[in-house]
Amino acid sequence: MLFFFEVLIGGLLSGVMYSLVALGFVLIFKASGVFNFAQGAMVLFAALTFVSLLKLMGSEVPGDGIFLLALVITLAAMMAVAVGTERFVLRPLVNQPLIVLFMATLGLNFFIEGLAQGIWGNDVHALELGISDRPVNLLDLFAGKSAVAPTPIAPVGPIVDPVAPTGSGQPDEIVIETVNIAPTAIIVRGGILVSQFDLFAAAIAGLLVLTLALFFNYTRIGRALRAVADDHQAALSVGIPLQHVWAIVWAAAGLVALVAGLLWGSRLGVQFSLSLIVLKALPVLIVGGFTSISGAIVGGLIIGATEKLAEVYVGPIIGGALENWFPYALATIFLLFRPQGLFGEKIIERV
Amino acid sequence: MSATTRVIGEVLLKVEGINLSFGGVRALSEVSFDIRKGEIRAIIGPNGAGKSSMLNCINGFYHPQQGSITYKGQPRRQMRPHEAAAQGIARTFQNIALFRGMSTLDNIMTGRLLKMKQNFLMQALYWGPAQREEIAHREHVEKIIDFLEIQAIRKVPVGRLPYGLQKRVELGRALAAEPELLLLDEPMAGMNVEEKEDMCRFVLDVNEEFGTTIALIEHDMGVVMDISDRVVVLDYGRKIADGTPDEVRADQNVIDAYLGVAH
Repeated sequence: MLFFFEVLIGGLLSGVMYSLVALGFVLIFKASGVFNFAQGAMVLFAALTFVSLLKLMGSEVPGDGIFLLALVITLAAMMAVAVGTERFVLRPLVNQPLIVLFMATLGLNFFIEGLAQGIWGNDVHALELGISDRPVNLLDLFAGKSAVAPTPIAPVGPIVDPVAPTGSGQPDEIVIETVNIAPTAIIVRGGILVSQFDLFAAAIAGLLVLTLALFFNYTRIGRALRAVADDHQAALSVGIPLQHVWAIVWAAAGLVALVAGLLWGSRLGVQFSLSLIVLKALPVLIVGGFTSISGAIVGGLIIGATEKLAEVYVGPIIGGALENWFPYALATIFLLFRPQGLFGEKIIERV
Repeated sequence: MSATTRVIGEVLLKVEGINLSFGGVRALSEVSFDIRKGEIRAIIGPNGAGKSSMLNCINGFYHPQQGSITYKGQPRRQMRPHEAAAQGIARTFQNIALFRGMSTLDNIMTGRLLKMKQNFLMQALYWGPAQREEIAHREHVEKIIDFLEIQAIRKVPVGRLPYGLQKRVELGRALAAEPELLLLDEPMAGMNVEEKEDMCRFVLDVNEEFGTTIALIEHDMGVVMDISDRVVVLDYGRKIADGTPDEVRADQNVIDAYLGVAH
């Protein structure tokens, strides 16, 4: 039973990482009604800029002054991308059909990708945020004992396949359980092991989500957003400054991309394929609904938990690798029975 | 039909020598007229005469190549839509432009966005003044809902409403901004007689009770002649007549434009 919870919690935590990516999409979708194809590129751009700045300025330890300065500069760069996108891509496209906006984000995707690699090169960088990836025992944590697992695990190097991040890697943790025969291992066997890094990532994501949810659900910006997404012309006529709203939303999406880029980058290594984590966000969006911030969170949790549980419990029966396609199968089922997702706005069609 | 209590004041908006073209197509040429405070001003003309283009120039959707628009004594070449809204110009659209996914209430609330002053942090926490502000705006919106007799559809997503009611909600959203100048683009198009009568009543009431200046485009001649104080007639982007309904009705140019001329 404890093992079940370990898998479940590991899955939920990795789900939070998916939510983080999905969140960026939701913001843009709320404000313009399009799937922002460039979100992945923005994640890559943020991570690559940050890592390169660290190297360039010679940061010694994660968390030092230079580290923070690089973070601020990267954030400023993301804001610049947001404002530039609004000015040069979106503004000329006011009142155009949605498909035109979508195609624009497609172009933007290649542009940002190229820009990032043009400036910073296309090497694979390791990114160290200073958070240990050693698992902690949740039960010990609650009991107030030293929670860090006794045996260090091999550090997870850059994993090239972005679609199957194994950060919370169940296999690793299971290995520890079986390898340990020391007396302390009894405690470990009786515990729930989760990665410290995952806990950290979940906390950051939770904070980000709370802030964004408050901002977009309860301020006048929130109402303005929904208005802009529904009808540009009408929004303008009631006095909503479309340009500002777009710039704000893209800046927020840039912030989300930065956080996602750092967390995913430190997990997978900062490299080109980081932009492909978009693919993992798709099922999350379909399950949670494209227009809901809470939907992105719940969707991420569902995808994370179910894919890990499916992998561990159903995987051995049908030969594994379930994790890779299970989310998409789930998303397909959702499309059939609840196309707007769990929290999406009801689709209204009056003929 | 003109009420005795109404006062028609000085010029609120004046357009002079407006030229607007799209590529090689002339939409408006040398159009000049004014709108006085408190009046109901109709803009009429055959299809494609440039009526909607004129309205779009006034609230800043189109930017005329030549001419000036003087609003509240300030001349300008062009307006920007959200600036026009901030200065008290609200409008409705020929093809309803509502936020379809939102409820009637939320749609009308968007009309109050410009009036909300509390900062984001306060609103996000829904704290003290922000809460009071939201409630005050909500009260105002409820008054509009009562006024337009749409209480029953308060929570219904507008995408699901019949056409006539959608038009009414759109009027409500425009009213929520407490505009000084209200632009109505064919408020009665596609309505049956009963709905038209309702809409006429609302337009007249808005004008009388709130003293709102109204510029409207309408095809139904009966309606136009009944409710408007002055009428400007456009044809092929030019102004061909301007005056009281009776003057316009008798104008030979107008008769020619509507009935055609024997060659």
